[in-house]
Amino acid sequence: MLEVKKAKLILEDGSEFIGKSFGYENSVAGEVVFYTAMTGYPESLTDPSYTGQILVSTYPMIGNYGVPKDDSHNGVFEYYESNKVHISGLIISDYSFEYSHWNAIKSLGEWLKESKVPGLFDIDTRALTKILREKGSLLGKIEFIGEEIDFVDPNKENLVAKASIANKEVYGDGEHKVVLVDCGVKHNIIRCLLKRNATVIRVPWDYDFTKEEYDGIFLSNGPGDPEMCNETVVNIQKALNTEKPIMGICLGNQLLALAAGASTYKLKYGHRSHNQPVLLQGSNKCFITSQNHGYAVSPGTLPDQWEPMFTNVNDETNEGIRHKIKPFFSTQFHPEASSGPTDTEFLFDDFIENIKKSKQ
Amino acid sequence: MIDTTIKKAIILGSGALKIGEAGEFDYSGSQALKALKEEGVETILINPNIATIQTSDDIADKIYFLPVTPYFVEQVIKKEKPQGILLAFGGQTALNCGVELYRSGVLEKYNLQVVGTPVQSIIDTEDRDIFANMLGEIGVKTPKSIAAENLEEAKKAAQKLGFPIIIRAAYTLGGLGSGFCENQEELEKLASKALTYSPQILVEESIKGWKEVEYEVVRDKYDNCITVCNMENFDPLGIHTGESIVVAPSQTLSNAEYHKLRAISIKIIRRVGVIGECNVQFALDPNSEDYRVIEVNARLSRSSALASKATGYPLAFVAAKLGLGYGLHELKNSVTKVTTACFEPALDYIVVKIPRWDLNKFIGVSKNIGSSMKSVGEIMAIGRTFEEAIQKGIRMVGLGMHGFVGNKGEINIKEIEKELVEPTDRRIFAIAEAFNKGYTIDEIFEKTKIDRWFLQKLSNIHSIKKSLKEFNTFEELPLDLLKLAKKAGYSDFQVARMVLDSANNKIHEDLNRVRKLRKENGITPFVKQIDTLAGEYPAQTNYLYLTYNGSEHDIDFANDNKSVIVLGSGAYRIGSSVEFDWCSVNAINTIKQENYRSVMINYNPETVSTDYDSCDRLYFDELSYERVMDVVDLETPNGVVVSMGGQIPNNLAMKLHNQDVPVLGTSPIKIDNAEDREKFSSLLDELGVDQPRWERLSTIEEIHKFVDEVGYPVLIRPSYVLSGAAMNVVSNPDQLEHFLDMAANVSKEHPVVVTEFIEQAKEIEIDAVASNGEIVAYAISEHVEFAGVHSGDATIVFPPQKLYIETIRRIKKISRQIAKALEISGPFNMQFLAKDNDIKVIECNLRASRSFPFVSKVMKINLIEYATKIMLGIPVQKPDKSLFELDYVGVKAPQFSFARLLNADPVLGVDMSSTGEVACIGESYYEAILKSMLSVGYTLPEKNILISSGPSRSKIELLNSARMLRERGYNLYATEGTSKFLLDNGVENTLLYWPDEEGSTPNTLDYIKQKKIDLVINIPKNHTKRELNNGYMIRRNAVDFNIPLITNARVASAFIYGLCKYKLEDMAIKRWDEYHT
Repeated sequence: MLEVKKAKLILEDGSEFIGKSFGYENSVAGEVVFYTAMTGYPESLTDPSYTGQILVSTYPMIGNYGVPKDDSHNGVFEYYESNKVHISGLIISDYSFEYSHWNAIKSLGEWLKESKVPGLFDIDTRALTKILREKGSLLGKIEFIGEEIDFVDPNKENLVAKASIANKEVYGDGEHKVVLVDCGVKHNIIRCLLKRNATVIRVPWDYDFTKEEYDGIFLSNGPGDPEMCNETVVNIQKALNTEKPIMGICLGNQLLALAAGASTYKLKYGHRSHNQPVLLQGSNKCFITSQNHGYAVSPGTLPDQWEPMFTNVNDETNEGIRHKIKPFFSTQFHPEASSGPTDTEFLFDDFIENIKKSKQ
Repeated sequence: MIDTTIKKAIILGSGALKIGEAGEFDYSGSQALKALKEEGVETILINPNIATIQTSDDIADKIYFLPVTPYFVEQVIKKEKPQGILLAFGGQTALNCGVELYRSGVLEKYNLQVVGTPVQSIIDTEDRDIFANMLGEIGVKTPKSIAAENLEEAKKAAQKLGFPIIIRAAYTLGGLGSGFCENQEELEKLASKALTYSPQILVEESIKGWKEVEYEVVRDKYDNCITVCNMENFDPLGIHTGESIVVAPSQTLSNAEYHKLRAISIKIIRRVGVIGECNVQFALDPNSEDYRVIEVNARLSRSSALASKATGYPLAFVAAKLGLGYGLHELKNSVTKVTTACFEPALDYIVVKIPRWDLNKFIGVSKNIGSSMKSVGEIMAIGRTFEEAIQKGIRMVGLGMHGFVGNKGEINIKEIEKELVEPTDRRIFAIAEAFNKGYTIDEIFEKTKIDRWFLQKLSNIHSIKKSLKEFNTFEELPLDLLKLAKKAGYSDFQVARMVLDSANNKIHEDLNRVRKLRKENGITPFVKQIDTLAGEYPAQTNYLYLTYNGSEHDIDFANDNKSVIVLGSGAYRIGSSVEFDWCSVNAINTIKQENYRSVMINYNPETVSTDYDSCDRLYFDELSYERVMDVVDLETPNGVVVSMGGQIPNNLAMKLHNQDVPVLGTSPIKIDNAEDREKFSSLLDELGVDQPRWERLSTIEEIHKFVDEVGYPVLIRPSYVLSGAAMNVVSNPDQLEHFLDMAANVSKEHPVVVTEFIEQAKEIEIDAVASNGEIVAYAISEHVEFAGVHSGDATIVFPPQKLYIETIRRIKKISRQIAKALEISGPFNMQFLAKDNDIKVIECNLRASRSFPFVSKVMKINLIEYATKIMLGIPVQKPDKSLFELDYVGVKAPQFSFARLLNADPVLGVDMSSTGEVACIGESYYEAILKSMLSVGYTLPEKNILISSGPSRSKIELLNSARMLRERGYNLYATEGTSKFLLDNGVENTLLYWPDEEGSTPNTLDYIKQKKIDLVINIPKNHTKRELNNGYMIRRNAVDFNIPLITNARVASAFIYGLCKYKLEDMAIKRWDEYHT
């Protein structure tokens, strides 16, 4: 029998789960959230939007296909969504100590250990998910024996500042110059733009990009509470006075809404999955989308020039907004997917089309 | 938003269960009917499969028990004048029929709208050439493939592609006529055969060894698309998906691979133009993201039924609604009731599907599994680890296995190497044995190409076995290890066997000790819900499974004494299929109606009973003693029903009774009295009821002595079996010894029983319901064949047409005596032999039988409803109809699947070999038998009939038939003896030489191969080896060249009488209810 160290997951409501460690053996605290995707753990773990969170996978068997190579081209990773594991901890039910995939170079456990991120298995993740569903996302901590720690609320920190880059970087040399405001951007957003003949000027979250020379603005995804990003909102407001196309994703959607004058709120337990249906306003087009967010836009607070663009069919939360006249739109879901379904990747085409039109 | 022009719609069923087309279409058809009903559409169902749930009163509005063939469907259309027709819910049978109706202009003629996917789209996916071109246009890869219409073209194509290649026939069920060829010789053989099934075959590049992955895709009229489920085959490409172990969701695909294939699936469904559901099968390179699309089924399929059960997403129901014009987002998720149907289920468990084979039932058939389907059923196991699910699944298959490990002598596979490279139905056990022998994962991978991940998981199970074996008592066994074993799907039986090495006679006691130990230490399973959203939304779902990989129950238990548990019938197999599902579902319906909480336990994804809509609580889990006890502990039911699901639950009766579980209906002690031959025999003696002489014997000497007394032939069989496994008639000492060896292997706990075999006797059955020993309702039916043909393979007539009143009177009397003696409360079935009014009892089952749905529907008296009420203690009135009042006849006919079972000898014997059945109603016996036989694939012969009439008895039997055929202008061909006999009796015929008289022409085989014969009648004769072989060659070639074959003289003469009396146009197109008014 394999000997493994045991550790506890403790939630702020007092619930405790005893699990077995397969990652780094160090206590850690964060916000406990669940995600229901059945594939894509390497993508999710490197998604900066998960910064500060202890991730619970409802899919019970994780680690099956190991961890892919860390190949990158000009600073953009091929198989990861950023340069590191961003989650604070990982909670699963069944771990594959051995893995099998042509593209894998190590096991998930090895990767977590290298990344100094703890991981526990043998936990009833469905029971845990039900607690989070009933009570909303809770603070929690993974504790190893003799290493007690306090709860920490990551949403009180400016997580975006942690996830964003420090200095401007430029990728590619395409014909459309896109300023990418990095609040914790997933690399597939960069890949999706580069594929469409763009030059990506990636700037830090609080950078005054309006001084840059650009054809369009892209507001990235990112972790935490959008209200922490006042500096970004101020810069977006400046851009809203121009006619240059804007597209936003996830946190980008919330920041665009805040800049437009609407407000945001925290969802009870958020959407973290690959199967969220969103309906395009005024149509019968329903798309299956990949999502990862804990906050949402209040569509009722949108000013007159703005309207909802997408709405979640299940809980009717806002899934995107657009300006009624100007080429500004954003989505709460992830058209770049990775991980998840790619059905809405055409929105990148729409953005580039907007840029082309605005150049004429 | 929905199409309201369709007020009345016809739906085509799939007919009898056969290999490649089984119970899944009862489920999908029932779902579609429900969806139409909900929209106020009047439904007309054509399906001769009388044992299905869909052919029940409250499911379809109007039901026709008629063949699903263009002629009959057109007649129904003419009569009913519907506006719409649904072709996608009755498998390939319905689809092929629909395509023919479309091509012949019938659909247009009657202005019929096809609900759902347009027929042209279906045709496009069925013709591989059109299909490949179509996908090529949208940049989707298919295997390189060249169409051929004759052998020469096939050879040229193979040369171009290079061996190995695969041959496929277009328009066939589940890969019929397909296979791999390594060289020219194999190509010639396979291609000529495939060309007999289909005018066009495909020669394709071989991608053997690639991963096989399927997606179930749904599209609505707004072009919204979702993939409901993906599934990965454990067995790599090369083994038909119906023959593979399959998991859902995929386990070894990265996100990029999963979504690449998903996106392609959606691209395809859009291009094809499906409205509803389709299935896309991929081959995926295990070393890159390269892929090929290998198949698209633009209809509901076995995979879609599996996907529905795997996810809780009712594909057929949704597909029917989309066909009527709904958008996906306009429909609700049937499980959560609050979220939308436009989503993709998130699973928080794994399901494993395992096929069930019954290859042992056939003589001469190859055990190898490959690119065409041979399995007769399947199971689905749910767990939260692969180890847990696969071990559950292996037990569920019901072939006496206890899981991946812990099987008797580890099942004795000598040639592991061969088994791994050329897999048979025992492949999984060969892997277990390979681990025992020290093979590494890489070595097994090299031979099987099964992804290492699956092998790693199986290796975990093997490691736990080694750990368990280090301990010899429960006191030393660490609880952590016990827990680990349970999480990896170990049964208490396996644990007991590993730790205590329990002997067979002690194992039940020992597994109860494991159970006690577990319960004392809180190691018990937890109940989890299947809710389609992995717990994201609260759901009041009643779709449940048990797992050790959890720490809390999802549901509460009322413990109010209002639950009634019905044990289902498990995997469909030869001898137990949809008829027991009909019984189970009807029991559930009655239980609900009587205000009890209906609880179902079953694990067969092809059934209606495992539709969470059909009961209050569905435990999709094992029907093992251990699991049933787990559910009983939780539910503390008012009672458990063991008499509806056939032999599996019946065998649990005593064990449950011994644990004080309230078994409803007839006492388990009485069940045991009927099951145990000695007890039953002495009961018959006490009652003065006659039975064939028999003895229970354990030595060869005793057997010879007994046989000397009664004389050959004798019947030998073990007790406690269904459909006569290892049961055989032996005619000489050589056969006797051979079969004794086989029988002894089946079950050592129950010694061999030898029975005198009575030839030329009629076989009669009674299906009845009794209350406290008094018969309340009954139906007596007779077999067309003489005794010696298994009752499951027999053609059965109800009400009986050719029995003496005296015989019927005596049968009633005996049945009453036995019902009283066994204090029967519930359903029972007895079988009798009758010869010259001499009645002998041959079998008695204190449970529902295969023929309950047949007689219930013909009488329009639901025997199961009566039985269930009686078991619940609710008083019932005797129905006031008597069977003599019926002025019509029902005939049940068997469906054989020999065409799929390469080399199997298509003969009937005491062991069952049919895979399904139909029943039709007629004004007369001959009309009914003709309709039934047309329903199972017979056609009315045009001109030429070959008769090889076997023993002299059958020669005489068939003489009059032959004469009638001649009078009606048929050309008769006959083999030597028959030809002479006919000529001697003045019946003109042409002699055809035996297959082994190769030089002599005209030869039977040439005529068969050239399809000059429209019907083959070959009555087997058991004399010399040469006769046996010649008979076999004729029968097998008839099957292989798709020529209708009859092997029983009495059936042949009934069929011939029928076809001489009736033309197609003479047969009444009457609804079920029209026969009752």
